[in-house]
Amino acid sequence: MTPKFKAQAGTFESSDIMILIEPLEKDSGRKVDISSTVILQFEEDIKKTINQVLDRLQVEGLHLIAKDKGALTQTIEARVETAVKRSLGIQEGTM
Amino acid sequence: MKNAIGVEIPEYIEGLGKLEPFQGVWKSIIEDEVPSTNISRTLKAKKPHVSKLCKNLEEAVKRCKPFDGMTVTCHHHLRGGDGVLMQTIKILDEMGIKDITLASSSLTSAHDGLVSYVEKGMITRIFTSGIRGALGDAISVGKLKYPAIIHSHGGRVRDFLTGRIKPDLSVLAASAADEEGNATGAHGPSAFGSMGYADIDARYSRNVIIVTDNLVEYPCVPCTVRQHFIDYVVKVDSIGDATKIASGTTRITNSPMDLRIARIAATVIEHSGLFKNGMSFQVGAGGASLAVAKFLREDMKRKNIIGSFMIGGVTSYGVDMLNEGLFHSIFDVQSFDAAVSSSVLNNPNHIEISCDQYANPNNCGSMTNKLDVVVLGALEVDVDFNVNVITGSSGEIRGASGGHSDTASGANLTVVVCPAFRGRLPIVKDRVHTVVTPGESVDVIVTERGVCVNPAKPNLAAKLKEAGVQVVDIRDLKEEVEKMTGVPAEKKLGDQIVGLVEYRDGTIIDVIYNVKNLS
Repeated sequence: MTPKFKAQAGTFESSDIMILIEPLEKDSGRKVDISSTVILQFEEDIKKTINQVLDRLQVEGLHLIAKDKGALTQTIEARVETAVKRSLGIQEGTM
Repeated sequence: MKNAIGVEIPEYIEGLGKLEPFQGVWKSIIEDEVPSTNISRTLKAKKPHVSKLCKNLEEAVKRCKPFDGMTVTCHHHLRGGDGVLMQTIKILDEMGIKDITLASSSLTSAHDGLVSYVEKGMITRIFTSGIRGALGDAISVGKLKYPAIIHSHGGRVRDFLTGRIKPDLSVLAASAADEEGNATGAHGPSAFGSMGYADIDARYSRNVIIVTDNLVEYPCVPCTVRQHFIDYVVKVDSIGDATKIASGTTRITNSPMDLRIARIAATVIEHSGLFKNGMSFQVGAGGASLAVAKFLREDMKRKNIIGSFMIGGVTSYGVDMLNEGLFHSIFDVQSFDAAVSSSVLNNPNHIEISCDQYANPNNCGSMTNKLDVVVLGALEVDVDFNVNVITGSSGEIRGASGGHSDTASGANLTVVVCPAFRGRLPIVKDRVHTVVTPGESVDVIVTERGVCVNPAKPNLAAKLKEAGVQVVDIRDLKEEVEKMTGVPAEKKLGDQIVGLVEYRDGTIIDVIYNVKNLS
């Protein structure tokens, strides 16, 4: 799937992560930019977590910007999933 | 050579001389003997009725005949508002003085400007209890010529007495002083409370200048610093930013996490066997540590407990407890907010003490040796109960040793409060990045996920379990936390020594290497 809209999920609070998604041209793959307060300790881990969610939801053609303030893995997964679903226009529940 | 906690310590460091490895908390304290290394003081005679007043700081500094390679000292009672240290360094730099050893009792955000003097080699050595901000970063990447020495508050006094620090010029700010140099921090527009750290500088420095924005009629009362130690007096327009020197009152944290940790810590104290009439107590000035005072206050009222004394780092919260009659007295080496100054000035049971009396390991009556309970913070702790309060998550110098190891060594019950993890970074480690306070002197570590008791105190663990406190093995806690956070990547460090952590007895407990990446 490819995103239809710009979307975001998360906050800039400590222990949370802000995920921004922008749709890209078709067939342009994924571009992931990460900044984090714990980049020295968890860079690979954060990258892996984000890509795993994108793989699971089978999304391509997007630019994902992550601004992390030390979120745990589960938090990262939830924020990425929510941002993706919003960008696809398939989110459920209240906004 | 390896020290008692397994750290490789160099035997000699150029510019700093021979180093002694840490042997254990009390190993090098020889009871009832005068340390052979003590030096005599260096007071200069004056003739009758000679004025000590100088028209500005520059003139006073010049009269002290500064020279290359000299040691300059200040106190840090003005905290983030200090305007005196930077002014002094600027004057010395303009005079072309080089190779300065700076020995301020601590360094704060007000001293970021020192970076340029460090970079150009005007300042080549630093002795202090705390370094933060841009200066900490600069030293961490190796910009200071010789490694910075981090001492404790008590260790600093010992360093003066043994000649490890030989002060040539001490510039001491006061919020009120008279023409002879009798001085106080207890009143005046820039009042900052106790002047406890300045006492040793005044007594042992070859040249002492009192700088004040508030020259009062002779004599200045109270006079913490006494005239017979003072060479010159300068009246200036400002000693710094009054709003950052001391403001308002200290508030207890609203953070649910800190409050939960504090509640558990207060329960630990209540069931430690020390919670009784005559108890003495010290807490830190912020976060979970100070919040313990809030719960202890409630517990003391509930159980009609009257304590003996509080020491430290005094906040308005401590003053409130004194005024409520929960403690008989406060011994104050450093005051943290504006509301404390008036208590220092007006309440005879609020006793200003020197850092010597507070924490010097080489005297016969330091207050830390009389302490029942101390509650301390931590940047990191480890499975051997060692505590790091000096280096941050990248290995950079960004904290303060302060009275941490002093109080931990003396107190009957040393409680360290910290969250199990902060923003994904586990706080319980196999080994802390830098040991400031050895695990030997830490009894309990309190986190929101359980209380760890030093295996050397099985009776305490039993008492706490009986009282229903959730006691956990520190290794189990570490595993539980790492399951949630993941295991952080190893730090990338260089092989240049940029800092040495001196234990309170003068031995070296740990070594700080340069960092390659700062986050």
